[in-house]
Amino acid sequence: MATPVLDKADAAGSPEPGFADSPYITVTMRIRRFNPEVSAEAVWEDFQLEIDPKERVLDALHKIKWDLDGTLTFRRSCAHGICGSDAMRINGKNRLACKTLIKDINPEKPITVEAIKGLTVLKDLVVDMEPFFQAYRDVMPFLITKETNEPTRERLQTAEDRARFDDTTKCILCAACTSSCPVFWNDGQYFGPAAIVNAHRFIFDSRDEAGEQRLEILNDKDGVWRCRTTFNCTDACPRGIEVTKAIAEVKRALITRRF
Amino acid sequence: MSTTDTTASGIGPVEGASLYSVDNPAPVIEPPRQRTKKTPKSTRGNFELAAWLFMRLSGVVLVVLVIGHLLIQLVLDGGVSKIGFAFVAGRWASPFWQVWDLLMLWLAMLHGTNGLRTVINDYAERPNTRLWLKGLLYTATVFTILLGTLVIFTFDPNIR
Repeated sequence: MATPVLDKADAAGSPEPGFADSPYITVTMRIRRFNPEVSAEAVWEDFQLEIDPKERVLDALHKIKWDLDGTLTFRRSCAHGICGSDAMRINGKNRLACKTLIKDINPEKPITVEAIKGLTVLKDLVVDMEPFFQAYRDVMPFLITKETNEPTRERLQTAEDRARFDDTTKCILCAACTSSCPVFWNDGQYFGPAAIVNAHRFIFDSRDEAGEQRLEILNDKDGVWRCRTTFNCTDACPRGIEVTKAIAEVKRALITRRF
Repeated sequence: MSTTDTTASGIGPVEGASLYSVDNPAPVIEPPRQRTKKTPKSTRGNFELAAWLFMRLSGVVLVVLVIGHLLIQLVLDGGVSKIGFAFVAGRWASPFWQVWDLLMLWLAMLHGTNGLRTVINDYAERPNTRLWLKGLLYTATVFTILLGTLVIFTFDPNIR
């Protein structure tokens, strides 16, 4: 086998990147800071930094934390839109910092970054997620079957049955939807879109046998009927889940008792 | 409490004289009505489902009733100028219009009340505010519905 020879013509032909065509631009990151150990008030703080517009908001936050101000506090884990820990309110809209490119959110103006709303801010961009996860636990987001014996083979299901709840399996529990919901902002007792999406994932799963039970939980006074269909959740979802549609399907299942 | 000299002046945090410290952090601002392990209490009822369905169905019926009502009262046959005691007396002589107006009164009142109940549930944060606003709302509703029903059924065209 002949070893392929790399064609170096392109690299050699292109001019040395000069100062004029540098990809870097100057952006202002306006971050809502809160540190209860310093002050009871939250303040907006501006940071100027040089950044490639093709980089993400998370990269800008990293630059600030690593080079400018180490006290900036935020959550992130995988940094690739899967773990769901860096949901924040960027320019007034809930997004994942690791999936938002600087060039997509108008870097001419200061980019505002703040913690997601409706949950207790602990420090800077970190919120207490416990009420959010409590609502998630309350819909029993796990497979429940009536048979008591351990199954001896896989629980099979047709492709159509799997497709029925495919959209809602995408949820990464980042809380972007729930913390964009105006009903949730004013009343934390509401289950919120994320819990309903995860209930939907099991209610419409042909292998699960506790759909009736979950529907009963969501039929209560703080369940699906509090949804005002403002579509904020659908706009906020970084995974593109049709959240409002899922909620509507749960409502329909409650009325028709067919799911 | 820390023993350091902290001044409670309104000037704000000056270096070394902050009101708050690691041992004495400021209170965090909690959002209204947070969910906990014990709340919300389950009620296991179908009331919210019924209320939601009622809003949709009564809305559809009200479109017909209210637009019909407005057409008759304000547009057709001389418009608003024809309305007087005699006009109302003439209409309420027929059971059809009595039922029409009764249905419109009940549906509109319950539809509006349920809408306002929803608004109170969405926006009133403290339990006491919720209780009083809803109490006021339900009292006003019962009063208006009863008074309206009474008038429709006991209307006397020969009153003087």
